[in-house]
Amino acid sequence: MGAGPPLDVDSGNDAAWAAVPHPVLVVDRDGIVRTSSGSARSLLPGLSPGVALKDLAPSWLSGAHQHLTAASGSVHGRDFDAHPTPLPGGEVAWWLVEDSDRSARDARRALTVERERAAFLDEASAVLMASLNIDRCMEATVQMAARHLADAAVLVTPVAGGRIPVVCSGTDGTAEHRRVDADPSDVAGLSEALRGFPPVPSRWIDPASVPGWLVPESFPGPVGSVVITPLPGHGVAAGALVLLRRTSQTAFSEGEEVFARLFAARAGAALSAARLYAEQSAITRTLLRDLLPPQLHRLDGIELAGGYRASEDHEAVGGDFYDVHPAATPDDETLVVLGDVCGKGLEAAVLTGKIRNTLMALSPLAQDHAGVLRLLNAALLCVDDSRFATLVLASVSRRDGQVLLRLTSAGHLAPLIVRNDGRVEEAETAGTLVGVMPQIRARTVETSLAPGETCLLYTDGVTEARGGPLGTDMFGEQRLSAALAECAGLPAEAVVERIMMLTTGWLNERAHDDIAVVAITAPRRTHLSAVDGRTAGRYTA
Amino acid sequence: MSVDASRARERLWAAVLEADEFAAATTVFGAVDGGMPPEDVLLDVIASVQRRVGSEWAANRITVAQEHAATAINDRVIAALAHHPACSRADGAGRVTVACVDGEWHALPARLLAEVLRLRGWHVDFLGAQVPTPHLIAHLHQHGPEAVALSCMIPTRLPTAHAAITACQAAGTAVLAGGAAFGADGRFARQLGADAWAPDARAAAELLGRGLRPARTSPTHQPIDDLPHLADQEYTMVKSAGAQLIQTTLWELEQRFPAMRGYTEMQRQHTIEDLAHIVDFLTTALYVDDDDLFTGFITWTADILAARDVAAASLIPALESLAGQLPEFPRTQRLLKAAHAAFPPTPTTPSLPV
Repeated sequence: MGAGPPLDVDSGNDAAWAAVPHPVLVVDRDGIVRTSSGSARSLLPGLSPGVALKDLAPSWLSGAHQHLTAASGSVHGRDFDAHPTPLPGGEVAWWLVEDSDRSARDARRALTVERERAAFLDEASAVLMASLNIDRCMEATVQMAARHLADAAVLVTPVAGGRIPVVCSGTDGTAEHRRVDADPSDVAGLSEALRGFPPVPSRWIDPASVPGWLVPESFPGPVGSVVITPLPGHGVAAGALVLLRRTSQTAFSEGEEVFARLFAARAGAALSAARLYAEQSAITRTLLRDLLPPQLHRLDGIELAGGYRASEDHEAVGGDFYDVHPAATPDDETLVVLGDVCGKGLEAAVLTGKIRNTLMALSPLAQDHAGVLRLLNAALLCVDDSRFATLVLASVSRRDGQVLLRLTSAGHLAPLIVRNDGRVEEAETAGTLVGVMPQIRARTVETSLAPGETCLLYTDGVTEARGGPLGTDMFGEQRLSAALAECAGLPAEAVVERIMMLTTGWLNERAHDDIAVVAITAPRRTHLSAVDGRTAGRYTA
Repeated sequence: MSVDASRARERLWAAVLEADEFAAATTVFGAVDGGMPPEDVLLDVIASVQRRVGSEWAANRITVAQEHAATAINDRVIAALAHHPACSRADGAGRVTVACVDGEWHALPARLLAEVLRLRGWHVDFLGAQVPTPHLIAHLHQHGPEAVALSCMIPTRLPTAHAAITACQAAGTAVLAGGAAFGADGRFARQLGADAWAPDARAAAELLGRGLRPARTSPTHQPIDDLPHLADQEYTMVKSAGAQLIQTTLWELEQRFPAMRGYTEMQRQHTIEDLAHIVDFLTTALYVDDDDLFTGFITWTADILAARDVAAASLIPALESLAGQLPEFPRTQRLLKAAHAAFPPTPTTPSLPV
């Protein structure tokens, strides 16, 4: 080819150049375009013979023409390598070779960024959804944001009790809680974010104006750039997320700000849910407080212990109940009550609360069990005829080293008494349930416990527990009696522990009714006064 | 100090055996007044005596009732000790929840840990024995402790423990596992994904003091991810067939040993309970895929029976019966074979359980 005749660009070979299948420009020494390929003309509109290269080509190309060196750069967003070929007439043919590798690389890079963001948002959703605890949720938010979005992240929640709750996390991954006595309006964009206004663009916020309380301890050096994003909540803002970068780092790009907003939306939703759960569970706790089975303590010379398990694992209360109304003086009787109302779950628990309250008011009259039951029956009847209950009243007192018992069953399973020789007796008391009939009858029985003996009050959740090794048998009164026979001489807690253990073992994770047991035990020895869990004194003989 | 501790242990042992709360408290308070650090009293005296309660029961030297009574006395003594001036605590170590897995009624080891952590300045929520997992999770959401110390003593509660560990971690709380069920080397704690495992209360307190690092961060983690072998469905099927397996095994034993047909109802019940335990441990061993767990239980049962002068002869026929009923389950076969191999060759005329 080098031996051929010189190519005459001026002499009508334009057609040959025009047919070259990729962009090529023939430029003379003065920088004037002599001819070009069709694809060059579509790449650089306005390209025609006679125009100056510098007027229509990007500067990197016209600059390269002066030195006749290969160069690369972009033309209308596409990347090209430009290779010069000197022609015999002194012109230069510039071959523009598109760098598709680089474009693919860029696309891959963009894809990776998007994938990372998607993975991060997925992780963020899962992590944030997991905990319904406000503090954990705030910590997770700043820790994730500091790890993925900035050098440090700070979560500011609306003012509570005159102070601003702040959680921040730096690069070390720890979360730090603060309660700050400051005014959020001191920071441009912060009070707006807390009030739910649209985010203030990052470039409007002067990094120097960020106060120390908005910067984690571990943050190295001054703040370089700031983004403040509102956390959308349920109608009101759940808080504001502040992202900080160091001076040396680049400022937040618009894309990053938008992405921070996507994250903030998830964090805001999670935080609002956690707050709602906290409010609801506080309400539930307050309302349930009086419905929970009471902690039983040792009384003067009488051991009491209780065990309770609601039919549903997620509930703390049900239709079984027990209660203790301690004697005013050591000579008086203590009233112990255990019972079972109709129905299940929370509704039944509410009824147990009413019955417990009524019995508390009636407890001074407990020397006459039948009288108390009549009054309770009347109280239940006058409200609603669909509510009824079975229960056992036990009046307990201590005389001459013995524990005296007066027991009355109102349609309930009779208490079982385990004697020191291992005999198990059923108390001979019987009566009608309360809340159904206008007239009720009840027979009270008196007995006593020698030291080491126990009287067990229980509900049918124990005896009707269905399960066992074969999965279909009822626990039954016989098994309960056999189990109790081994409990002679045991402390009350040990009796309750054993019965609860055998019952749940028998159930072996199967569905069950509410279960309640109370053990009344005559202590084998004189006990400590200090071990009832309340008194801070020393033991006494 | 160790002489003091061993003297205190002997005294406390005698006291709890007699269910003598007064003597028990006198011993423990005396040790504290004599200068023994409360943590040492809890762990080197009370915990040690409690361990002895367990081993003496296994050796049939004390009754179940004595075991319960001794535990109750120890529990009361721990409660009383908390009020001793030497046990006043410095706050500020953080908040931690201590709980027993649902179905686990041995609360004392967890109780001792709770007291040790209190002494070391933790704000402790002790939820007690048999904590249903939904209660535990609700507690975590409401109070946001830094970690949960989860106690499990009975190996058959491991599947429940696994569910609890996974649920706690999903709720964003790290779990420290402890208790005999996790294995003497903590292998099941690791297998079930606990963030940490401690062999005893001191080690647990030290780990918590250093701050637990979550072992895994994926909140979408599920129990099956720890135990890929569960995909073979052997655990699921054997567990579901439990009652049927027990019944068939009982029937086969009665065919093989006609004398069993003359059992009293009580003897029959005991046999059924023993078989139920075998099936429970077999399913648990399938869950964690561990030969030693099942073999360990079978040899332990043989020891327990031997201590009660009951020949363990029915154990091997029971294993053989189960193997015959579950022929198409390779992991089950492997477990049964390993347990079988742990016994010396059987005598020709096995004597029967009484």
